[in-house]
Amino acid sequence: MIPELGHLALIFALILATAQAAMPLAGSLTGHRPWMTMARPLAYGQFVFVAIAFVALVEAFLTSDFSVLYVAQNSNSLLPGIYKVSAVWGGHEGSLLLWALMMAGWGAAVAAFSRNLPLPVVARVISVMGMVAIGFLLFMLLTSNPFERLFPVPPEGRDLNPLLQDFGLAIHPPMLYMGYVGFSVAFAFAIAALIGGKLDAAWARWSRPWTTVAWVFLTIGIALGSWWAYYELGWGGWWFWDPVENASLMPWLVGTALIHSLAVTEKRAAFKSWTVLLAISAFSLSLLGTFLVRSGVLTSVHAFATDPERGLFILIFLCIVIGGSLALYAWRAPEVSEGGRFDLLSRESALLLNNLLFVAFTVLVLFGTLAPLIYEAFNLGKISVGFPWFNKMFLALAPFLALLLGIGPATRWKSDQPWRLTKLLWLAFALSIGVLVLTSMSAVSGDDLWVPIGIALAAWLLFSHLTIVRDRLKHKQQGWRQAMVADFSGNGRSFYGMVVAHLGVAMFIVGVTMVSNHQIEKDLRMSPGDSHEMAGYRFEFLGAQKVNGPNYRADQGHFLVYRGERQIAELFPEKRSYLGGGMPMTEAAIDAGFFRDVYVSLGEAVGGGDWALRLYYKPYVRWIWLGAALMALGGAIAVSDRRYRTARARSTAPAGAVGAKA
Amino acid sequence: MPPALNLYPLLKMDPLIKMSCMIKSLLLGALLLLGSGSVSAYTLEEFQFDSPEQQTEFRELIAKLRCLVCQNESLAGSQAELAQDLRNEVYRMMRAGQSQDEILDFLVERYGDFVLYDPPLKPSTYLLWFGPFVLIGIAGFVVVRTILSKKRAADEPISASEQERLQALLDNSPDSPSSSSRST
Repeated sequence: MIPELGHLALIFALILATAQAAMPLAGSLTGHRPWMTMARPLAYGQFVFVAIAFVALVEAFLTSDFSVLYVAQNSNSLLPGIYKVSAVWGGHEGSLLLWALMMAGWGAAVAAFSRNLPLPVVARVISVMGMVAIGFLLFMLLTSNPFERLFPVPPEGRDLNPLLQDFGLAIHPPMLYMGYVGFSVAFAFAIAALIGGKLDAAWARWSRPWTTVAWVFLTIGIALGSWWAYYELGWGGWWFWDPVENASLMPWLVGTALIHSLAVTEKRAAFKSWTVLLAISAFSLSLLGTFLVRSGVLTSVHAFATDPERGLFILIFLCIVIGGSLALYAWRAPEVSEGGRFDLLSRESALLLNNLLFVAFTVLVLFGTLAPLIYEAFNLGKISVGFPWFNKMFLALAPFLALLLGIGPATRWKSDQPWRLTKLLWLAFALSIGVLVLTSMSAVSGDDLWVPIGIALAAWLLFSHLTIVRDRLKHKQQGWRQAMVADFSGNGRSFYGMVVAHLGVAMFIVGVTMVSNHQIEKDLRMSPGDSHEMAGYRFEFLGAQKVNGPNYRADQGHFLVYRGERQIAELFPEKRSYLGGGMPMTEAAIDAGFFRDVYVSLGEAVGGGDWALRLYYKPYVRWIWLGAALMALGGAIAVSDRRYRTARARSTAPAGAVGAKA
Repeated sequence: MPPALNLYPLLKMDPLIKMSCMIKSLLLGALLLLGSGSVSAYTLEEFQFDSPEQQTEFRELIAKLRCLVCQNESLAGSQAELAQDLRNEVYRMMRAGQSQDEILDFLVERYGDFVLYDPPLKPSTYLLWFGPFVLIGIAGFVVVRTILSKKRAADEPISASEQERLQALLDNSPDSPSSSSRST
């Protein structure tokens, strides 16, 4: 009964979404106010009904209702409670429902937090979000209904994919979808602005916090996925340039370009049509990624036929969204004025270069992901595009981005003088050169040139941003600490958010550089009692024993790790066989540290109590995710900037007293 | 086969392909919209070497080669049966005293460039290696032209309606003009 209610709720949500797409827009075009005011209630209504459907599915999982096909395929009565909930998005249908829920949630959020926006703008934005929601709800109802029943009812479910029975992966998809779907808000603002023909600084200011929030979620989502891959896959990699990863990286890259370009549009009313194009691209790439992954074309052009219904639907949807929005763009964008003048040396130029580089990265990822398909489609032979190609291509561009990143934030809007920049940054530059020289002479570098370059670029980002902060506070009367606090609680949040995010980039560079060049990996066969020395750590293998988990059996190895004579860690890597079937899984054991991880992953039992296993020493690997976390934190700080808060405070407290006090 | 496999169209590969090679694709499928599968560790223990250098060389060599039946995996990482055979083949050739280049040449002749994880630079791959840079170059040209034209462009006067809106925004805003112009 409840699953049918869920199904019904989805249908109602679709009806509401259709009304949401049509009425407010029609109202805004004809100036019919009552229709425009329908936007908010319809957005809330759609959210409520999708939420009902979602709760119905969660309920089916919690009660292990295996009469629902999707539950039977993705759950099991032995599954621990928290994973019964995360199993809701453990498969195709449920992840779509989660997607729709977030889509509706973002729509409701826009409705709730946009009180200070002109009604026609709100109406159009919510309309566009309704149109996108129609696509996803239809997709679900026509091809991927999560509430489909199964007869006869099986006594037991097939269990959630063991890989997904992990905390990191339980929260990774929601974060990622929040980011993907969040870009639909930026998209909706852009389309609404194109429809209204009013692209201005105000538009950029409205859509900027939404875009940044989406970007923050996407950053966290991608970092979580990378972290999960690192500890769960058992071979210590953190990025594989796999098509599915690339599919999430492309919207991130364009989204990063977008949040920078929005800054220019907000501050200087320049790059307007470019910013709109980026907003369209960021969301389109989110959809494209979904299409590529869902349809199966990436495996081979021929694999598309394996599930033509779903693939075809997404393809058509993709064509409507991308084609429609680009057509609108081509029609409207030429009317948009392109802002004021700026000099060769100016913040505008720096940000334009930033955009060029990020778009270049996106082109690389898109090209590399599609190249095998292109070659196959045109009979140019089979080529292999993987890890080595992507690494080379990215390394060719990344240093330029890092160099620019140290200069860009120091430049002034509109026009800057070379001598002023030189005077400001020479010390930071000299110090980074010093770091470059020192690291290339020290043992840190090994024989690879990339290590000193990477470290020096990170140092350059650190020093230049310290300089920029100092320069900002120089003219304040108080001491620097009070000045910074005052600045932070005043108008400075977006500035400090930027600094934090950019320092995250520096940290990320250090992590990538160190772990790529200095990690140590050993494949070994060990007998109980054996020990092995690696990177100054001694690993002692005490043997393996059988243990039982709630829904798996495992072999659990027992290791002591010594540094000198001191025992620093006790590790229990596991090899699990889930009762639901499938292949055995490795559960690596990691002793995490700020400067290094030591990592043991259990391979095969090779007889006589001996085990084949893999040991890793991973210097600075945490810095990769900490760097990403700093980037996300920076974004969050920037969004809390006073100029967005006052807008919101004004909307909730009409007197404006709250905003003035803050 | 893992039970949930048929849920994921992406993973519907040629059934001849051994499950094991799909492991990573399966795992990574989970990253975006959830896939399925599992992993088992692989070890080089089965190969005996005369010296650590030889072992390093072997590792380097198999990292350069591609698992022919996998989606995105080097020979070093793959669990596929075919990959294991190929590893054994490489090992045999190394033990027979053949150099890295000889082994690579032999394999390229037998399997084509596809066997190289890192595609070689040659006419048929110019598109792959230079294509993106051509696109980026065009984009760069447009950017430079934009910057140069902006330098010449005059500040455009704001229209009357924009002036009106600006005034409305300023009246509403508690920020003083001087403080808002400084924020980034």
